[in-house]
Formats: sequence, C-alpha cells, structure tokens
Amino acid sequence: MNVVNNKWIGQRTIRPDGVDKVTGRAAFAADTTMPGMIWGKVLRSPHPHARIKSINTARAEALPGVKAVVTSRDIVDFRVEKGAVMLGIQDMRWMCRNVMARDKALFPGHPVAAVAATTEAIAAEACKLIEVDYEVLPWAIEIDDALKPDAPILHEFNKFDGKPSNIMGRIESKKGDIAQGFKAADVVIERSFTTRPVHQGYIEPHACLISVAADGKTTIWSSSQGQFMVRAMTSMLTGIPQSDIRAIPAEIGGGFGGKTIVYLEPLATLLAKKSGRPVKMVMTREEVMRATGPTSGSKSTVKIGAKKDGTIVAAHGSFYLQAGAFPGSPIRGAVGCSFAPYDIPHVLSEGFDVCSNRSKVAAYRAPGAPIGAYAVECVLDELAEALKIDPLALRLKNAAKEGTKAAHGPVFPRIGYIETLEAAKNHPHYAAPLGKHQGRGVASGFWFNAGGESSAQVNITEDGNVVVTTGHPDIGGSRAGIANICAELLGIDYKRISVIIGDTQTVGFSNLTGGSRVLFASSMVVTQAADKVIATLRERAAKIWEIDPEAVKWENGAAHPVSPNAGQFEPLTLADLAEKAPSQGGPIGASVQLNTQGAEGGFGTHICDVEVDVDLGIVRVIRYTAVQDVGRAVHPSYVEGQLQGGVAQGIGWALNEEYIYNKDGKVDNPGFLDYRMPVCSDLPMLDCALVEVPNPKHPQGVKGVGEVPLVPVMAAVANAVNNALGKRFYSLPMSPPKVSAALDAPTQQAAE
Amino acid sequence: MAKLHVTTSVNGEPVEFLCEPYETMLDALRGQLGLTGSKEGCASGDCGACSITLDGRLVCSCLMLAAEAEGHEIRTIEGMAKGGELHPLQQKFLEHAALQCGICTSGMLVASEALLAKNSNPTEEEVRFWLAGNLCRCTGYDKIVRAVMETAAEMREMRP
Repeated sequence: MNVVNNKWIGQRTIRPDGVDKVTGRAAFAADTTMPGMIWGKVLRSPHPHARIKSINTARAEALPGVKAVVTSRDIVDFRVEKGAVMLGIQDMRWMCRNVMARDKALFPGHPVAAVAATTEAIAAEACKLIEVDYEVLPWAIEIDDALKPDAPILHEFNKFDGKPSNIMGRIESKKGDIAQGFKAADVVIERSFTTRPVHQGYIEPHACLISVAADGKTTIWSSSQGQFMVRAMTSMLTGIPQSDIRAIPAEIGGGFGGKTIVYLEPLATLLAKKSGRPVKMVMTREEVMRATGPTSGSKSTVKIGAKKDGTIVAAHGSFYLQAGAFPGSPIRGAVGCSFAPYDIPHVLSEGFDVCSNRSKVAAYRAPGAPIGAYAVECVLDELAEALKIDPLALRLKNAAKEGTKAAHGPVFPRIGYIETLEAAKNHPHYAAPLGKHQGRGVASGFWFNAGGESSAQVNITEDGNVVVTTGHPDIGGSRAGIANICAELLGIDYKRISVIIGDTQTVGFSNLTGGSRVLFASSMVVTQAADKVIATLRERAAKIWEIDPEAVKWENGAAHPVSPNAGQFEPLTLADLAEKAPSQGGPIGASVQLNTQGAEGGFGTHICDVEVDVDLGIVRVIRYTAVQDVGRAVHPSYVEGQLQGGVAQGIGWALNEEYIYNKDGKVDNPGFLDYRMPVCSDLPMLDCALVEVPNPKHPQGVKGVGEVPLVPVMAAVANAVNNALGKRFYSLPMSPPKVSAALDAPTQQAAE
Repeated sequence: MAKLHVTTSVNGEPVEFLCEPYETMLDALRGQLGLTGSKEGCASGDCGACSITLDGRLVCSCLMLAAEAEGHEIRTIEGMAKGGELHPLQQKFLEHAALQCGICTSGMLVASEALLAKNSNPTEEEVRFWLAGNLCRCTGYDKIVRAVMETAAEMREMRP
C-alpha cells in the first residue's frame, strides 16, 4: 500500500466521461457512420434444430442494391475433430459455428447467411430471397428433455459415459470424503431447484461499423467488453492478421458479460471486404433476445449435513446448466463458488454442461455462481430453521476465513466474509419490525474475481497535465476510479487527468472487461506507470538542481528537496517540468504491461424484505441491504452502483425474468414488454454497506466488486418469501402465476 | 413512394428533412438530423432510451412517425444544456453517479425534465412511476431517483 494521504481515493468525483453521457455526445456502437456506408442484415434459422442441406444466394445477389452476401463458406472453419482452439474461455470451433451455422442450425435465430445492401430495407428484402433447404430435426430445449435416453443429440461426435449425449462435460471440486462426512451429521437437508434462462438485458443492442481497405487494413468500430477480443476473434474467423485490424472501442451500453464474445463483427468484416464498402450492422431487440446470451437455465440438487450445534460437516451439490447450442455453460462458477463462503471439511461439488437447442450462453455477472448460491443458500436457510439457529449465526459459525482451504483449491488469505456477516447482523435493517405478509431473508455469495493481462500508458502533456490510456472498455465507471488513483499518486487535481480507452493499435494488449478485473488490474498497471513517471520527474528536478535524484521527493504535484540538507530550491511543479522537458531529456511518460496477479475473491451478504400481495401473488421487495467486502472503495458511488445494479438484476431473476418457449421451440417473449426486467416502480431504494478489508496484494487494496452483488440475491429473495408465507419455492422465477398457484393450493386442499 | 418533406423545430431551431412515410422520428433524429443522443434500445416503446418531447409532451420517438413532426416542436437531449451550462438535472446525475454505462441516460434525463415541468415537488413514488417507462439495467434506479428528487428540491429553492 503506497498510498497514504488519500486525498482523492475514496472521493465521489465526477467521472471523466460523464458530461458526454448526460448531453448525448457519447458515441455508442450504433452512433457512428462512415462515408459510403451500407447496411448488413442477418438471415436466421427459423428452426430449433435442422440440417442445412443447401443455401442458394443467387436471387439475393441479383437484387439491385445488394453488394455482398456471406455464408459459412466465407468463415474460417475450425474443424471439430482437430481439437480445441481456445481464445480465453471460448473454443473457436464453437465460435465459428455460432456466428454462422455450418452443417446444422442449432437454435431459432442461428445465423445462416448475411447480406449487405445500400439500405436496410433492401438488405432485409434480400435475406428473404435466400433459399435454404433445411432438413428439420427433432429438438430439445429443457435440460430434462436434453438428458432423456432418446433425446435428439446436437453434437453427434460427443459421448458421455460411452454413449452419444448432450452432456458435453463434467467438472468437480472435491475436499475430504462426503460419505464419511454425512455420517457425522445430526441433520441432513437435501433439496432440488430449477432456474430459468435469463438475459443480461443490456439496453444497447449489439452493433458495429466496419471498413476493410483494398490492402486488407480493417477498422472495427463496435461496443464490446474487449476490443482485443474483438480483434482476435475477427482475425481468427476471417483470416485477416491482427496487425491489420484496428478495433476501436465505442462506448458500451451495458454488457454484464454478454458482450465478451462476437456475433456481428466477423460477418460485417467479410461483407465489408467483399463489397469494398463500410458495413454497419445493428441488431434488433428481438435478435438480441433470440440469438445472444442469455445465461443458463439450471437444475440443481444440494445436500448439506450439520451437527446439532450448527457445525456443517458435509455438503454435496450437483449442478446441471444449459449451455445452449454449443458447450461452455458456466459450471465452473456454480461448482466453485457455491460452497466457498463456508469452511466445510467434506465437500463434493459437481457440474454438468448440457447442450440444447437454445442460443449459446454468454457470460452473465459471476457466471454460474448465482445459480449455485440460490440452491446452497436456500438449503442453509432450511438448515437454520431445522436447527432453530439464526441464519446469520449459522453462517458465522461456518464462515470461511484466512487459512480456510476452499473446495475449489485456494487457501484463503485475509478475507472479509465474517465482517460482512457481522455488519449485516448489526445493521438496523436486520432488527427492523415486519408487517403482515412481509418476510425477511438473508443469503451470502462469493465470486472468484480475476487478474490477467492489462496495459496502460501515463503521458504528461506539454502543458503539464496528464493523459492515462488503458485497454479496458469502461462499463461501470472504471475511468472515474483510475482518475482518482492517478490524482492520488501524482498529487494533482483529478480534473487535470484525462482517462481514455485506447484502441487495439494504440495501447498494449489488455484482456476482457470481465471477471470483476478492470479496476483491480488497470489500477495496478497505472500505478506502476505513474511510479515510473514520478521517478522521471524526480530525476529531471535533480538534474536541474544538480543534486542526487534520491534527494528529491514528489509531493503535492511537485518535486521538492527531501530535506533542507539536500539544498534550498523552489518546488518544481508538473507544469514546470513539462515546460522544461524538451531541454531535459524529452517527453515524459511511461507504459506498463503486466499479467496481473493477486485478485482475491469477494464476499457479500444480503438482507431482503418482501411483501406479498396474497390476492394477486405479486412479491414486492420493500427493503434491501447489500453488504460486501469491497477491498477499497476507490470511488464509493460507483462501488455502490455495482452493488445496486447487481441486486436489481437478481431481483428480476428471482421474481419475473425468464425465457418462455412456445411449442415450436421459439422464444415467445423476445422483447422488453414480455421479458419483464425490473422497472423503476418495482424497486425500493437499495442500501449498501461497504466493508473495506484491503486486498494485501494490490497497491490500493482493490478487490473486484462488480459480480459478487448478483450472487446472493435470488436466495435472499426466496428466503424472504418463505419467511413471509411459510412456503418455499424451489423454482425461479417466483412470478405472480406461480405464487398465486402456491397460495391457492392449501385452500383447495382444505376445501376438499 | 416519394419521400415526405417535413418542416419542424428541433431544440428551438427550424429544421427541414426528407423521410420515408414509414420512418420513425427516432430514425430521422439519428439519421438525417445526426442527433444520436436519443438511443434505440427496443423500437417498441418499452425502454424509453429514445425519449423526446413533442410540444412539451414526453413521447418515445421510436413510436412516432417522422412525418408527424410537421409543424410541431421537438426537444431532445441535445437541447437540454444551455450552451456550455448543464441543466441542473444533468449536473445532479453526474454528482450522484446516476449513470453507469450511459445508454439510458439521455432518455432518463428527458423524462425527468418532463416530470419536473409538470410536478415541481414529486414524491419518491411519483418519480418511480413516472420513470417506469425508462429501463436502466446498470444502476437499480436508486441513484437516479435520488438525483431527480434532489434536483427538484434545488430548483424549488432557486425559484423566487
């Protein structure tokens, strides 16, 4: 920890990109045009599962105004039998088939061709002229259907237990021996749960604008959670070398994990290359809902055994997650995170990756962890009930702490989980009275967090101000955090620091904005770059004063002699040294590129109050408090914003959001009217209690904060509903029809 | 069919443009007029990211035909600040961190301004129901509601 005075860290400064965003100036993916630009559209499969026997594009190509048509023949094929080609967590064998169906269409909405034309209307008309000969196949969407012995198999090459299967893989975390562990239990609770697929729900649809010059030099303007991911995937899928692709990050209108892969960019690049014209593609909301994201639907069984005093002795979880059309559901998060808050001697946590005829899942905020925590934290609530122990006391008794070995591997360093439980227990919310049909629930959650590759440049301008360039799209205010940290380090007003996100050809490789890694990793590289700049500034002052650099200190934005013994000199400010730079060795700046390490996991504990309208079955959240160990709140407002946003998404997941499929296997609610995300009038104020246990491995103590707050929410809401009604729901969402039916059930029984 | 010629006023300035009969006001704003501050999140009137005012009335520009602007007064997010001076709502959104990604912000601000023009002293419930047509997926609305209510209080004080 090299920051001591903290004039700026912890301040609620105005974000660097703020004025652009409140005046409409900020340029998002769909906001830009290029001279000569034409429009691209995608033709999508209407079938959940179909073999593509042939595609005839001749009539479309002949339509006046059409400039290019592409199909899977134009996309680089990563052949299945050649084995995995990984880019991050994505296997390019599946990515090349997801952006454009090859032999089979695997979900309604799966792209089969793309067209570029002079207007959107002509491109749409041309799509209708493409003739696709489909052999329609039987399909399976729900996990149970995909696991039946006679289920249609999506990927015929795949075998599980020696038989063709839609189970694409199994992972486990194991500690001790659960058979032995459960023998020691006085109470064992085992329950099964289901959750529905839910979409990340970013308000900005996917969009891009791409031009390819005659020499192959390509410019991509798009919004994503990683311009370098866009460059690499586009390069791999089109064959254009990375050095020729400049991917410029537009402002991103929400991602939540859903923009960590590409959909449109490879298609628009190929259309631009074929047509010689810049191509713009913008998804409709319906396309977003049908063909991007969402996260998995799931089926889980969790069994937990404890002694009478509440000591948990064994736990077993099995989590089946829908991957959608291609392997890659977030089983790692469900398996690894669910039991991580607890010190349990015997744990087996298993995950099964299940393909089905639904769009390929994309990451969603702590991928998999909320699904696992929903099951585990609800079972813990029942355990507390059975043992007549306060649910927070039960968690405190079993809480992981420094030295606890988690089932997924690591031995925890100093962590703040217990502090979140104590803070929740002592929060006025936990003791507040409840009224009729009201109930209170608690739940905790864990997320791994991540480090990884980041790059930054810190440059001193000729007039003595600062430009910081990083390589991570800012999805929640990270530029504001970086400005605070840089102001702190350089000892100047944060307003003198401009923080920008570089494109792929102007800043060093930086991995995705994801895993709650951005402020952790980028402040680490920015700190090292700022330290280098300060070293240069001290050297320059030392040279001017003709003293040793060690005799110069940097303080309050200026060089000073360390003591009167070093000499009597007027301080040299950043502006002074910038002015003298040309004669003293040239421009002042530094860049740092690192594979950052030391991102420690994050913990949160939530308290939720609900009120149930027992006539209509409507559950309303009436009070909510999120407590989280945030490491160091560099910009408290944006830390709170992460907590509040995660909670709102979790409330939607718990109470209303779900993909509904019709009898033809198509999503029946592909819009914001019927896919019901929380609106302003659905929610109360969302209180936050920030616990700060600094990360010892980070210069400012930063921990990732963005994903943890979604993890406990569904369980907290479900436990509150149980507390209000004395009824448990084992499937999400707890939507009005389901709650009404459950409320009516005993009445009917009584009548009988 | 020939394009329609529309004469209207956008943010107090006289404007003329040509549009297809089926084009929406949002298409015209973002396309012909180059005013991309209004966003398209759904094109079905469910998200409010395209909120504008038509003769002072809050509307979703994705649900309005461009040709309907003829002879009326349109205001968009681009007209909210007076030159270099932010509207109090814009300033308060910044101070309260009432935005994260910013894609809903234009619509939120336009809708909030329309609320305060009708009701200078809204309750929390009134703010929440007024803004129920503007989706935000990042903030959980907490800081937005606080920013609107605090702006209303300040604007009441500034009034003689």
